[in-house]
Amino acid sequence: MDRFRMIFQYFQSNSESVMNGICGLLALAGVKMYTSFDFSCPCLPQYNVAYGLGIMFIPPIILFLCGLILNRQSLLMLEEWRRPQGCRKKDQAVIRYMCSSIMQRAMVAPVVWIVVTLLDGKCLICAFSSSMDPEKFVGFANVSSVQVQQLLAKVPCKDDELMRNNLSRQAVSRYLRCWSQALGWSILLILIIAAFLARWLRPCFNQATLLQARHWSNYIDIEQKIFEETCCEHSRLFAHKCILHFFESMRQEIKLHSFSLPREGEGAEREEDLLRGITDQDQVDKLLKTWYYEKPPLNVSQATHR
Amino acid sequence: MDKFRMIFQFFQSNQESFMNGICGIMALASTQMYSAFDFNCPCLPRYNLAYGLGILLVPPFILFLLGFVLNNNISMLAEEWRRPQGQRGKDPAVLRYMFCSMAQRAMIAPAVWVSVTLLDGKCITCAFCTSVPVETLGNGSHPRLSQGEIQRVLARIPCKEIYNGQELIANEVAVRYLRCISQALGWCFVLLMTTLAFLVRSLRPCFSQAAFLKSRYWSHYIDIERKLFDETCAEHARSFAKVCIQQFFEGMSTDLVAARCHLPRKAPVDTGEAAEKLLGITDRGTMNMVLKSWHRCKPPLHLHPPAPPTENGWAGEGQPPTHPSVPRRETAAYYSSV
Repeated sequence: MDRFRMIFQYFQSNSESVMNGICGLLALAGVKMYTSFDFSCPCLPQYNVAYGLGIMFIPPIILFLCGLILNRQSLLMLEEWRRPQGCRKKDQAVIRYMCSSIMQRAMVAPVVWIVVTLLDGKCLICAFSSSMDPEKFVGFANVSSVQVQQLLAKVPCKDDELMRNNLSRQAVSRYLRCWSQALGWSILLILIIAAFLARWLRPCFNQATLLQARHWSNYIDIEQKIFEETCCEHSRLFAHKCILHFFESMRQEIKLHSFSLPREGEGAEREEDLLRGITDQDQVDKLLKTWYYEKPPLNVSQATHR
Repeated sequence: MDKFRMIFQFFQSNQESFMNGICGIMALASTQMYSAFDFNCPCLPRYNLAYGLGILLVPPFILFLLGFVLNNNISMLAEEWRRPQGQRGKDPAVLRYMFCSMAQRAMIAPAVWVSVTLLDGKCITCAFCTSVPVETLGNGSHPRLSQGEIQRVLARIPCKEIYNGQELIANEVAVRYLRCISQALGWCFVLLMTTLAFLVRSLRPCFSQAAFLKSRYWSHYIDIERKLFDETCAEHARSFAKVCIQQFFEGMSTDLVAARCHLPRKAPVDTGEAAEKLLGITDRGTMNMVLKSWHRCKPPLHLHPPAPPTENGWAGEGQPPTHPSVPRRETAAYYSSV
């Protein structure tokens, strides 16, 4: 029992920190992906916008979905949401709490990607260089309108033969990068202020409900883990008994009675207890189905037995 | 048994994380393989497509098969699939569960290879450089070349050193165009895979949770039962061998009694315990029958209380007289006093 207690304490204290760790790793992975990705703007009029905005928005969606997939709590929340009511009422506050904590953690990596992209500037330069007003820049002011689109689209490509050492190109590039970085820093500032306010002001509203919701969401997590552990233990004992019975029935068949039955003594009784009277396939199936369709009430003060 | 229990619990709880670890290692190995691979586009009209698409599609197939080979559970799945029904029904849901979980893990490394290849861009550039739209990207006013010549010129786009079509279409423009398309395809592929994974994972609790719990329990059970059976057989074989050798030595020492007038040493006390572990199976024919019976007719999943089953045994006859396993040899000892 001691070993179980240690394991459960570990899970209890570390469930949140495991998820925080995954969230942080995903954010770092996002940054690494960005730096190792070889950004190459197509420098063609219609393709630029699609490419630039695509690189800015599609990877965050991917990172968000990964954040949901890798988070164990999202499965628990869905199970809790979809389970039939049975003997145990469903608490909407718990489900809302779990949902909001999952969403908050899943949003970190996408936000990090978007902020890094904006602070770096390449995406915005690629996407919006063709939308610049050519009159503002000396090198592009006197070019025909057909050509100016082509030229502006080539601004992100420094090594293009037309753009090499072109001062106007550098001007457009600097202008767009300035806007991009300003946007990036503003978004970061707004998000941090929002997070700060949310955390600061939360105890003013419904603190008791929050404590309850957090407790019961931890409870659901631990209950699920213990259920799986107990199923493992049960299936191991089941298999053990099954195999011993098999050998015994073989021995009965071949009529060898030279050696007496192995008496396990205390061991057999303890294992019978641990099997809890569940000794065939239909009973195990019924147990699992009942666990899903009718979870027991959260009341262990009276003796409950199945 | 305590040691076995600890080991089994470790494997059980960690089997999934062990397989996830192998999955992750294979994904990393595939990225490493890609970066170590020296991509060499042939720069010839028809060979480009074959080479590019081959590098894109053949290694993922190999990685997929490797993912199955490295998975220990494949033999378990095959065994459960092919065994005769016997007294234990076969549940196709369990087989499907086992196959799906193995296939999902085996798909990760190929998906990583395809994404990395598409995001890098070299394969698509090599494969589709002859299909670049020259009219929109290049010089429309270039002197007419025959179709074959144009194809040959375009095929050299990935090989910058030998490219000679700069007037037809600039090399950088074509490479940028193809790489943009390749990266767009790559990101869309990753998005598609992630969305599929998300849907598979999140729709399951909504629809078939009870069936899933059942399949998962029984597939773990099959695994544990197989391991325990192997352990029990190993234990049995050890006891069998021990008793066999002891009997051999007893036989030898009985022979020696006649020659040297030594009293046979008393058999060690723990023969009884080892003999008990034999569970009544003491010769090769019987052991073979036990093993064959285990395969052909697995016992039903129904544990009786410790009363012996009466369907097949001869228990009705009562206790037959016990025979000692080693026939005692009559020896006469001659003492001579000289």
